[in-house]
Amino acid sequence: MVNLLWRSTIGKKAVMAVSGLVMLLYLVAHMLGNLKIFFGPDDFNGYAHWLRTIGEPALGYEWTLWVVRVVLLAAVVLHIVAAYQLSRRDIAARPVGYAHRGASRLRMTFATRTMRWGGVILGLFIVWHILDLTTLTVNPHAEPGHPYENVVASFSTWYGNTIYIAAMLALGLHIRHGFAAAARSLGVTSARLAAGLRVTANGLALVLTAGFLAVPLAVMTGVVS
Amino acid sequence: MNAPHSTSDRTQPGATDDAETTDGAAHGTTDGAAHGATDGMELTLRIWRQPGPEEQGAMTTYRVTGISPDMSFLDMLDTLNERLIAEGDEPVAFDHDCREGICGACGMVINGQAHGPQPTTTCQLHMRHFDDGDTIDVEPWRAAAFPVIRDLVVDRGALDRVIGAGGYITAPTGSAPEAHATAVPKPAADTAFAHAECIGCGACVAACPNGAAMLFTAAKVVHLGVLPQGAPERESRVLDMVTAMDDEGFGGCTQVGACATACPKGIPFESISDMNREYLRAVRKGGRG
Repeated sequence: MVNLLWRSTIGKKAVMAVSGLVMLLYLVAHMLGNLKIFFGPDDFNGYAHWLRTIGEPALGYEWTLWVVRVVLLAAVVLHIVAAYQLSRRDIAARPVGYAHRGASRLRMTFATRTMRWGGVILGLFIVWHILDLTTLTVNPHAEPGHPYENVVASFSTWYGNTIYIAAMLALGLHIRHGFAAAARSLGVTSARLAAGLRVTANGLALVLTAGFLAVPLAVMTGVVS
Repeated sequence: MNAPHSTSDRTQPGATDDAETTDGAAHGTTDGAAHGATDGMELTLRIWRQPGPEEQGAMTTYRVTGISPDMSFLDMLDTLNERLIAEGDEPVAFDHDCREGICGACGMVINGQAHGPQPTTTCQLHMRHFDDGDTIDVEPWRAAAFPVIRDLVVDRGALDRVIGAGGYITAPTGSAPEAHATAVPKPAADTAFAHAECIGCGACVAACPNGAAMLFTAAKVVHLGVLPQGAPERESRVLDMVTAMDDEGFGGCTQVGACATACPKGIPFESISDMNREYLRAVRKGGRG
């Protein structure tokens, strides 16, 4: 069964769909958690601390967090490897392109056309984001246990904002195409559902992008400081 | 496919000057003789010329005159070929058979669109959809799985091998079965008919940015999958056909939708999701049915 899934184009696409949906679920929770920043440093830092103590005393400190991290790492690795292998196949399937250059050539939405490079941008952003706010390697404030101050410090730099805003726009586009595509990859078909899926995909893309962008915009405008 | 007439003296790909100068001479004579006083449309064609599978090809420019808007695209190519033959050049090789839009042979990419700007086959595309003075690019289907044999002719045998892997039902042959022996619900019959319309022209592969044969394969998987006659091989069919499709070097689906837009038979885009569901269902059921 694993072989049938990983060996075929359809199966690998299903793996991409499921891993993408896992990451999407996480992003909804992550975005909502981020909005805690508007309640002030105590709420936000308290929330960050609570994330490390979920399940205590049955579970140890940061156990839940590490389970989430392992699941996310598995999802992102599967997603990237499958995307890379499928893309290589797709490109090899048309070794000679069409000579015609014109408006009628191929109509794709911007979101569809930017899936691959948008995905690369998101992958690089995840690395930056972890270095910035998890390991604090590149964070200008870098005080463990004080995420509020670290976030404000990161979004007080021009590069921190530029990288974040560009990545969140890429994320919105990625979800806009990816959510509906994932549903179709998993065999969700009916025309009635399809319209709903498109609306949900656009809604999720908008809400997540807006929700994530609210934080740097608030720091830039001084609402959060 | 048009049988090539002579191998000597053929216009080499890229020898555009030659093609254009000979055309200038033909303007007043061939054209006038064929169409009397009316001049018809004048078009510039850029056609992919490739002498053989292993040889280099190139877009070659030709000018045709006296084209009636009521001609089909293939009639227009015939007009060009008659002139090329008269001038001792090699005619443009292209596949065609029924010229009624039901055989799927006449595949070519016209101005970047499979079968041109109308949702029909090339033989059913009329020149009225072009304007006098237009430049039209004509290219073969482009896919690793469809090697070019000559000019616009490609080998679509990969599609046959996908069908051979499972696009059939196992049934006793002999006299026709009693019509009421196997009841087919009306919605299933409608779905089967809609998907059985696929003529295997390959436009979906040509249009797909990934050269995927998903719509083609899905049409057969859905067509037979919804019928009681296809039920015994429901799981093995989708698994075997998808394996064959992948083995032929077709790409995968990235949900662009270009295939369904290009399909001259209106195979719905949703059939790909249907096939995905069928495939995943077969995997869950443990492979063979």
